[in-house]
Amino acid sequence: MSLENVVVTGIGIISPLGLDYEQLTAALLNGETGVQHVAALEKIGGLRSRLAAPVEGVDPKSVPRKIRRSMSNMSIYAYLASQQALAMAGWPDEELSSGRLGVVIGSTLGSTETSENFFADYFRDYSLERMKSGLFFQIMGHSCAANVAQSLGITGRVMAPSAACATSCQAVGYAYEQIAFGRQDAILCGGADEFHPLTAATFDVMHAASINYNDQPERSPRPFDAARDGIVCGEGSGILLLEKREHAEARGATILAEICGFATTSDTSSIANPDSGAMLECMRLALADAGLSAADVDYVNAHATGTLQGDAAEAGAIRDLLGDSAPVSSLKGHLGHTMAASGSIELGACIGMMQRGVLVATRNLETVDKSCAGLEHLQQNKTTEANVILKNNFAMGGINSTIVLRSNKA
Amino acid sequence: MTEQEVIELIDSSLAEEFELDRADMTPDANIYEDLGLDSLDTVDMVIVLEGAFDFKIREEESVRAIRTLGDIHQFVLQKVVEHS
Repeated sequence: MSLENVVVTGIGIISPLGLDYEQLTAALLNGETGVQHVAALEKIGGLRSRLAAPVEGVDPKSVPRKIRRSMSNMSIYAYLASQQALAMAGWPDEELSSGRLGVVIGSTLGSTETSENFFADYFRDYSLERMKSGLFFQIMGHSCAANVAQSLGITGRVMAPSAACATSCQAVGYAYEQIAFGRQDAILCGGADEFHPLTAATFDVMHAASINYNDQPERSPRPFDAARDGIVCGEGSGILLLEKREHAEARGATILAEICGFATTSDTSSIANPDSGAMLECMRLALADAGLSAADVDYVNAHATGTLQGDAAEAGAIRDLLGDSAPVSSLKGHLGHTMAASGSIELGACIGMMQRGVLVATRNLETVDKSCAGLEHLQQNKTTEANVILKNNFAMGGINSTIVLRSNKA
Repeated sequence: MTEQEVIELIDSSLAEEFELDRADMTPDANIYEDLGLDSLDTVDMVIVLEGAFDFKIREEESVRAIRTLGDIHQFVLQKVVEHS
C-alpha cells in the first residue's frame, strides 16, 4: 500500500526488563525475566494468580508536577518512553510543534487505580466535593496520547486506539498508514499500560491466567510449552518514532528499520476465543500489504502469551503460513504480557534482534506442546540475519493485528 | 488552634499538595507568579483547604480574590474564627 516509505528512527522503552531500549535488548538476549511473585495479590479474594511483571525503578517525581498531575503511571511510562524515542531519533525541539509530528498511543483502559481511588472515596458519602481536577485526565480513554502531546508540545494529530492486547500493534500500524498517506511526517506511536489486580483477574476469571507457578515466578509464563497455564500480566510502555523515509534522510537521522506492512482484522467467531484461520488471514494480509510472501519471512515474533488456546491457535496459523521455514519465538516468558504496550515493546525488541543479528529464544519453552508443534521454535538464541520480521498481536474482542518489519539493509 | 497553628497547617498542606519549597512560602509570595500555581491548581487548593479545615469555601466569592499566600492565611483565619 505504501505511498511514502516509513521508517523507525527512535525507540523508547519502559519495561519490566529495563528502562530503555539498550537495557531491554541486553536483558532479553541474556534470557532474564521480569516476572515476580507479588505478595499484595494474596490479599485479594478470588484472585488465584499471584504473579506479575512490574516496572521497577521509575521515579514519578522525575516528571515535573504540572505535567504529572494529569498522569497516572501509564502516562508517565508513555511520556518517558516518548522522550527516549525523540532523543534517539535526534528529533529537533523546534519541530515538536510543526504540526507534522503526531501521537498515536493507546492503552487498554484509562487508569484503573485512579478510578479505584476515586470511587473508594466517592462511595463513603456519594460526594464529589473531594474530586481533584486531575481525575478525568487520568481516566479518560486518550490519557496517554493526550498527556504525551501536551507535555512535549506536539501539535499534530493525536489518536488513542484501544484494542486491549493488540493496541500498540494497531497504533504502529495506524501511524504507518498516516505517514504513508502523507498526512504526517512523523508519529510517536505505541502503547502503555499499568498493572492493576483487575487486569490479572480479567484473565483469571476466564481461566487464562497463570496460577500454577505462584511460588516459581521465573517458570511462568510458558509460551508454546506443554506445561503452560496462562498469562502473567505486566506493564510498561513502548514508543516508536515512525518517520517518512525522505524526512529522516533529509535530516540525517539513523534509520533503525522499516515498517513495510500492516493488517488488522476482526475475528467474529468469538469475543474471547481465538480462531487460527482468522490469525492466518491477518498475517497474509500484512504480507500482501508489504508486497512480500511467506517465503520472505525470516522470523516471527509471536503474540503467544502462554494460554492453552491462544498459543495453539497462533501456532496453527503460523504453521499454515510458513511451516517450519522460519524461526518463531515469543517474548512473554521474559516480559510477561505488558498488555497495550506489548506490541510496541516487542517491536522495539525485534529491532534490537535485527541490529545484533541474534534472535531471542522463547523463555520457559522446555517441551513444545503437541498443539504448538510443526514450527521452528527457538529454544536457544539463534545468531542469524533477520531482514523481514512478522510481529503478531491478538486481542480479546476478536482483534487481530500484524506488523511487517524490514531491516534497513534489505 | 492558634493563629500560628492555622498558618502552619495551611502551609504544610499546600507544600505537600503542590510540592512547594517551604523557603519560597512567604506571606507576600504570589501564588501564581512566585509559587507557580495555575487555574487547575486553585481548584485543588480549595479542596485541600476544605479537607484540612473541614469547611466549605468553594462557593465563596472572596476565594477568587486570593493572590498571595498571605491572602490565603487571612482568608482561612477568618473562616476559622467564623466557625469557632
